[in-house]
Amino acid sequence: MVLILIDHADGQIKKASYEALTYGADVAKQLGTTAEGLLLGTVTANITELGKYGVTKVNQVSNEALNNVDALVYAKTIAEAATTLGAKVIVFSHSQTGKAVASMVSAKLKAGLVTGVVSLPKTDGGFVVKKAVFSGKAFANVEIKTDVKIISLNPNSYKIVSAEGSAEVVQLNIAVDAPKIKVTAVNKVSGEVPLTEAEVVVSGGRGLKGPENWGIVEDLAHVLHAATACSRPVADSGWRPHHEHVGQTGVQIAPNLYIAIGISGAIQHLAGVNRSKHIVVINKDPEAPFFKAADYGIVGDAFEIVPKLTEEIKKLHNS
Amino acid sequence: MKVLVCISKTPDTTSKIAFKNNNTQFEEAGVQWIINPYDEWYALVRAIELKEKDASITIHLVTVGGADADPIIRKALALGGDEAIRVNTTGDDSFYIASQIADVAKQGGYDLILTGKETIDYNSSAIGGAIAGLLDLPFVSLATKFDLNGTVATITRELEGGEETEEVSLPVVVSCAKGVAEQRIPNMRGIMAARTKPLKVVEPAAVDALTHIVSYELPPAKAGVKLVAADNVAELVRLLHEEAKAI
Ligand SMILES: Cc1cc2nc3c(=O)[nH]c(=O)nc-3n(C[C@H](O)[C@H](O)[C@H](O)COP(=O)(O)OP(=O)(O)OC[C@H]3O[C@@H](n4cnc5c(N)ncnc54)[C@H](O)[C@@H]3O)c2cc1C
Ligand SMILES: Nc1ncnc2c1ncn2[C@@H]1O[C@H](COP(=O)(O)O)[C@@H](O)[C@H]1O
Repeated sequence: MVLILIDHADGQIKKASYEALTYGADVAKQLGTTAEGLLLGTVTANITELGKYGVTKVNQVSNEALNNVDALVYAKTIAEAATTLGAKVIVFSHSQTGKAVASMVSAKLKAGLVTGVVSLPKTDGGFVVKKAVFSGKAFANVEIKTDVKIISLNPNSYKIVSAEGSAEVVQLNIAVDAPKIKVTAVNKVSGEVPLTEAEVVVSGGRGLKGPENWGIVEDLAHVLHAATACSRPVADSGWRPHHEHVGQTGVQIAPNLYIAIGISGAIQHLAGVNRSKHIVVINKDPEAPFFKAADYGIVGDAFEIVPKLTEEIKKLHNS
Repeated sequence: MKVLVCISKTPDTTSKIAFKNNNTQFEEAGVQWIINPYDEWYALVRAIELKEKDASITIHLVTVGGADADPIIRKALALGGDEAIRVNTTGDDSFYIASQIADVAKQGGYDLILTGKETIDYNSSAIGGAIAGLLDLPFVSLATKFDLNGTVATITRELEGGEETEEVSLPVVVSCAKGVAEQRIPNMRGIMAARTKPLKVVEPAAVDALTHIVSYELPPAKAGVKLVAADNVAELVRLLHEEAKAI
């Protein structure tokens, strides 16, 4: 059986979990077995509807203490659930939750783990998965040698597919340890699309000259329902918040579309964005290195081009 | 109080990435090696800052690697830290490396174990959690702020679209991301001092690797950029809509 962790926040299932569910269901098909979900804590979303993504059953540990991710408590609960249910493959999303707990589950179960996986495993004689390495500059094919296998799926690397279906919800009775970590404050940026989950990201660099000019970036992001990002010097100068900094030392993302405005395309910047499916570069310097990594580009002044782009996209939406 | 900082050796961020022996091995020729930036700038510098405030803190560094990791660990000692331990083995399986570090940690009895958020070569974000799992300690991942108040740590960590502040009693394992500290440059005094600081080499514990890298591959080359004229923004929108189907 393939067991998929369903990650949630504020009562809602995270988008990355739908990718993990679709992926896990496809792994199960490939192995000729079934796929089940595992949900720790409580949600307001309708759990039976997760059947649409290919799981026949969702196992839930309805303990509200699990609505906060204390990695040790969470990992022990997952390890016990996986053992009780007889899971052979455990699928996480390589999200904040996955990064906090997947390797702990691996240590508890002595089960081989590969994180940042980008495609289905090869299962003809062994179990080999492909993961992104060298900050997106290469891939490694990694064999998992243990009986139980743990995978964490890179966000935005597997297409969500849904069909008719509903899942049976089964309550698991697992004793949950008292958390050792006490959450004292939560600070959510409301109304924004989380950067790592965004399909489209609009990003600005030093070419925008100053924080007062970010209106054109935000307007474009707004019409595209996109998240906003920036280069490192922009965050370091305090023009934009640190959580928007993408690149080697910031957040690594792989959206469907990345629009880079006034960013030169230094190798450390590319390391965070080069797995984006489509890259658009707007830069007034035709020699900017970013054009070499781009799919589409316009050589010109961002202050003229970006507002026009926003208008053209509005026209497209209205047509 | 004793702090253990996990230090790994990675290719410099601008290194050319290539493979040899039928794509089974990383081509190391011409590669410049550095301390993994997350380990250096964030985990190590934060530990040094804590020690500057409280001289009773001892900092040990640990790396799992061959003798070629010695220059890297010396460089880390030059930044700060009291002594270093190198576990004399190489491996690419997170569980294997974490088991070696957990073994060192058990013997040293540390109150705080710091790692980087990930290495910039394997990008696994796995070692910290695995160490904590093996030692049955609480783990906080992707810290952006870290403070100590006696034996209680106050940690801010990244969430999707926000952050969370947490309190936890030591001992704890923490993986450090941007924000925890600022990059420092080692000074001459540090470099001289590092030469005489103890670097202990220990043999690895017998542990089986659970995974194995079969081969590497490079991503398919980009077809080349399609340039659109600056006065024809509508054409870019058409291409993104009809050709890329991205909007
Ligand atoms: C170890 C290390 C790690 C690093 N990590 C990161 C990282 O994670 N992320 C990151 O981003 N950087 C990182 N950097 C920094 C990186 O090397 C670059 O310095 C940085 O990405 C440059 O930012 P930028 O493109 O915004 O600015 P610049 O390089 O100054 O580029 C500005 C661009 O804007 C263009 N421009 C100017 N005016 C206009 C206009 N009116 N219209 C259109 N275009 C215009 C210019 O032609 C230029 O190409 C790192 C560096 C090091 C050494
Ligand atoms: N060989 C190693 N020796 C010591 N520490 C390591 C080693 N590899 C990784 N680490 C630590 O674990 C962190 C996460 O690495 P990873 O899980 O491989 O992405 C790094 O930032 C280091 O702090």
